[in-house]
Amino acid sequence: MLGMITRRLMFAIPSLIGVVIVTFLLTRALPGDPAAYFAGPAATKEAVEQIRKKLGLDKSLPEQFSRYVADLSRGDLGSSLTTGQPVATEIKNRLPASAELTLLGLLISMSIALPLGILAATRPNSWIDHLCRLTTTAGVSLPVFFTGLLLVYVFYYLLGWSPAPLGRLDVFTSAPPHVTGFYLIDSLIAGQFETFRSAFSQLLLPAATLAIFSLAPIARMTRASMLAVLASEFVRTAVASGLSRFTVIVTYAFRNAMLPVITTLSMVFSFLLGANVLVEKVFAWPGIGSYAVEALIASDFAPVQGFVLTMAVMYVVLNLIIDILYGVIDPRVRLEG
Amino acid sequence: MSDAVLPQVATTIATPVAKTNRFAAMLSHAHYVISGNPVTGFAFALLILIVIAALFGPWLVPHDPLASNTAVALKPPSLQHWFGTDQLGRDVFSRVIVATRLDLFISVASVALVFLMGGIAGIASGFFLGWTDRIVGRISDTIMAFPLFVLAMGIVAALGNTVQNIILATAIVNFPLYVRVARAEANVRREAGFVQAARLSGNGEFRILFGHILPNIMPIMIVQMSLTMGYAILNAAGLSFIGLGVRPPTPEWGIMVAEGAAFMVSGEWWIALFPGAALMLAVFCFNLLGDGLRDIVDPSRRT
Repeated sequence: MLGMITRRLMFAIPSLIGVVIVTFLLTRALPGDPAAYFAGPAATKEAVEQIRKKLGLDKSLPEQFSRYVADLSRGDLGSSLTTGQPVATEIKNRLPASAELTLLGLLISMSIALPLGILAATRPNSWIDHLCRLTTTAGVSLPVFFTGLLLVYVFYYLLGWSPAPLGRLDVFTSAPPHVTGFYLIDSLIAGQFETFRSAFSQLLLPAATLAIFSLAPIARMTRASMLAVLASEFVRTAVASGLSRFTVIVTYAFRNAMLPVITTLSMVFSFLLGANVLVEKVFAWPGIGSYAVEALIASDFAPVQGFVLTMAVMYVVLNLIIDILYGVIDPRVRLEG
Repeated sequence: MSDAVLPQVATTIATPVAKTNRFAAMLSHAHYVISGNPVTGFAFALLILIVIAALFGPWLVPHDPLASNTAVALKPPSLQHWFGTDQLGRDVFSRVIVATRLDLFISVASVALVFLMGGIAGIASGFFLGWTDRIVGRISDTIMAFPLFVLAMGIVAALGNTVQNIILATAIVNFPLYVRVARAEANVRREAGFVQAARLSGNGEFRILFGHILPNIMPIMIVQMSLTMGYAILNAAGLSFIGLGVRPPTPEWGIMVAEGAAFMVSGEWWIALFPGAALMLAVFCFNLLGDGLRDIVDPSRRT
């Protein structure tokens, strides 16, 4: 098991190197003079020269790259032009907001998609199968920002069940003391149930938006792989041996059907991290996505670069976890390692 | 399904008959395919509507999509303005229809570009293997290491905020998908009888690649293109929703939804709803079409 994890870690390293090179090259690809770009449109000639020196842009490309890597290893992602704040601090402060949203979205999505996929596979051509097909087809066609706006209109404007889509807490509530950065967990630790309620009601709509978006691939894959497993010989044997329907489906079929679903999770995460940016914009969510969007509009490149790098590193790590999870579920993968 | 389709195709090719006859055969073939799969027929009808809107949109709409008239700002849908008017009094219906051309252009251009880049890189790497395969594989792996939409954001931010760069970014993030499909298909055919026959007849490797392998994997690549069209539209609309690429007042679905977003909380639903619905229909159409085409080309992958 340990050998397998080490091997997977070795696989992740080339990806990380690729990610660092691409984010470096993205800065170099800036049209025109990067120094003038970083300095802003109102900068004087001397200011541009100064920034060129400061950024090390007067050095050769390999030198610049080694400087970039050295900065990264110290956790330095540069500073934002508009706020002057270091990008790394800002991203660190905002990351819990994005993570809480994404994880809750995934949790909701899995808790609906898995049963839906399993039920659809065990009862082909029933109404639940058609429901599953409808949700999966509609789910992939819905633009995530559009779903979010529809939910806001229905649940905030029409029904008034949901608070205004403006951030993590309503204006009367202050943030719970920082422990994990997840307001749901922190408020419970502090015993502030009113804060928990506020945070939860703010979180529900954006998380549901992400859930609707990621439901389709998970349900579709669960259904397809359950269908394949249910037709296999060991399931037939289990049924013939007189095991209960529940045991056959949950213990025998589901565990085997999980493998392709876990592989799909990698793709789901890729979509989810991207969709996160759009959902954060719709709900004015103070996460790293809206930080990057604000910076993009202000042509402030350092935060965007830091954001792309952070997202990519997180994605590589998530893929690593998925690979390891695969090994935990499937003993054959462990033996190979 | 393909077993039943194939003989019909064979007869249309084999009989060099009059043009009208061939056209009739094509029609009956199309009818056969669509009646076997009404959903694909529906998607095809939708596609025709979208193409008409894209080609003739500016001449079909009742109002000038850019003309603002504050006297009728923020009016709900009525007989005069079918989809209502936005905050500047512009006709939402006209804007949604006119926007079709730009949205379709962006997605078609990016899909064509990624077909050229990814398709050719993919068949080359599956056919030549060796270092070509390693380099192409390394590039794909690096792209796949990013969440795709995030990479697209980074590319547009770095290269500049223009429509061309939206097209390029959308093409780049789809690159690994095309490489994977093209590589697998080319690799299977690498030592096929017809390839060896072509080689023995003295054809060069590149001639075999483009003259024999590429035409053979075209059906599967076309399915792939149709399936990624939907994603390309969503990706481009997402980028313009966060303020990249298309600039106001140009009508484009993503930016129109973004403009209408602020009015959703105050109850003016029509500004964002109609462009969003158009976006959804277009993506839905291409996804259905892709699924239908795949069922025809490769029934074994049906899910």
